[in-house]
Amino acid sequence: MYTLTIAELSAGLRARRFSSVELTRALLERIARFNPHLNAFLTVTADEALAAAQRADQELQAGRGSPLTGVPIAHKDIFCTRGIRTSCGSKILDNFVSPYDATVVTRLKEAGTVLLGKTNMDEFAMGSSNETSFYGPVRNPWDPKRVPGGSSGGSAAAVAARLVPAATGTDTGGSIRQPAALTGIVGLKPTYGRVSRYGMIAFASSLDQGGVLALTAQDAALLLGVIAGFDPRDSTSVEVPVPDYVAALEAPLKGLRIGLLKEFFDEGLERECGERVRGALEVFRSLGAELREVSLPALPLSVPTYYVVAPAECSSNLSRFDGVRFGHRCQNPRDLLDLYMRTRGEGFGAEVKRRIMTGTYVLSAGYYDAYYLKAQKVRQLISDDFRRAFEQVDVLMGPTSPTAAFEIGAKTDDPITMYLNDIYTIGANLAGLPAVSVPCGFVADLPVGLQIIGPVFSEAKLLNAAYQYQKETDWHRRLPRGYD
Amino acid sequence: MSLTRTDVENIARLARLEITESELAEYVGTLSRIINFVEQLNAADTGDVEPMAHPLSGQTQRLRADEITERDKHELYQKNAPQVEAGLYLVPKVIE
Repeated sequence: MYTLTIAELSAGLRARRFSSVELTRALLERIARFNPHLNAFLTVTADEALAAAQRADQELQAGRGSPLTGVPIAHKDIFCTRGIRTSCGSKILDNFVSPYDATVVTRLKEAGTVLLGKTNMDEFAMGSSNETSFYGPVRNPWDPKRVPGGSSGGSAAAVAARLVPAATGTDTGGSIRQPAALTGIVGLKPTYGRVSRYGMIAFASSLDQGGVLALTAQDAALLLGVIAGFDPRDSTSVEVPVPDYVAALEAPLKGLRIGLLKEFFDEGLERECGERVRGALEVFRSLGAELREVSLPALPLSVPTYYVVAPAECSSNLSRFDGVRFGHRCQNPRDLLDLYMRTRGEGFGAEVKRRIMTGTYVLSAGYYDAYYLKAQKVRQLISDDFRRAFEQVDVLMGPTSPTAAFEIGAKTDDPITMYLNDIYTIGANLAGLPAVSVPCGFVADLPVGLQIIGPVFSEAKLLNAAYQYQKETDWHRRLPRGYD
Repeated sequence: MSLTRTDVENIARLARLEITESELAEYVGTLSRIINFVEQLNAADTGDVEPMAHPLSGQTQRLRADEITERDKHELYQKNAPQVEAGLYLVPKVIE
């Protein structure tokens, strides 16, 4: 049961081959068995899950419900969940019980899903390895010495280990796609504005976007159809109709124009990872797609652009954590300044403080034009490069990550080394574009991901391409050793 | 460019972050490296490029009617507050 995709679980539930309660119990048992080792879940909501599963079974018995009724899921602990602790991986929110649900949470609840719990993550989503979490690193199910990627590392590890068939994530610079690649699953980052950010704790508001991690593109399509759409509570949510993502999966790929991102096949890309990605491109060619090389000259400036824009926005967003209205407060503050300084000094971890300070510096008087304004101009150049590329091709393809999963502790000494993990993913965030990572092979028993980037609101095309590729391959069916 | 200890102390104070002596030394090093790293942007020719204001071109932020849409839920929200009294958030004395 636990190896099935959402589409298969949905069919099994409707055919009464198993009930949602049976399924939920089985997965809760797996979580109890594997999570102490993986550290993928921060909170397990067993009682609420069983109650929701019971309600789902009643719905199904009455012949009602949606395709997701009774299907278990997990939420990254960045999504506010009413009555359930929402920590964002931080000590400063260790005691925070959200009084409301994020829109993504509400929509998946209304679709009848069963929430199993909240997943571990880099603190405030600032990290690419899940090592900045206040609650400790997550292990990669493919190799316990290695990271699962980040920041949605808990969601990725939980899905890869088959503790839950799918989980939500957020992607500011690659935080859905990179962990999906490093754990051998599908990760979809939608177009900026496609999925409501209401109740999704903000890191960098012009880059953050919620999405999903699942085993297949088909499952991602099912979930996106539920969470996408206009939300008046998010002022950046876009009023664009939500297409039928599932119906679009079956379109043949003949004539699809694929651009190979020249800048992604650089010296930083590990040779064998590059070979797996090129192997995947050949599969697309065999399906009738046309491949051509495309160059985006400004793209190599993505990482430095991001490390001005994202910290700037984070320093502003995280000013709300002041020890007054919610979250951690220091003991016996002398005065208000002492209250702010010690609360934040104690509550935030090292990387979050580093980014707040970077952001404070680039926004400070005398430096704003040199750093922030300059970065926003380069961001426009990168966005223009993508726009021009999509005049020639339908989608762009390349690796998701320059290497397979690295060892825990290998990159924690130098922040720049860690930042460069996201060299292939950040571009899509800067330009607001949708992108998906699909498993495309293994290097030394570690998964590798293929990234597909499309123009704004082209999620249906991306999922169509990923789905057709998965029909030809079985990388997503492989289980990490010890989890079968 | 390289940041000094005084620079980092000032930034931390602006950001309302208390940092320890050992953190300070670390941040002088890593923040300097990050600033050096992002300075490669200076090499980009951005001549008459307009700074990007929104990830989606042509999008502007919507305005809504200035009408009350939310009920008063301060008791619910204040359950998360470190210190409240009579519906008010308590902080250390600001004015003597």
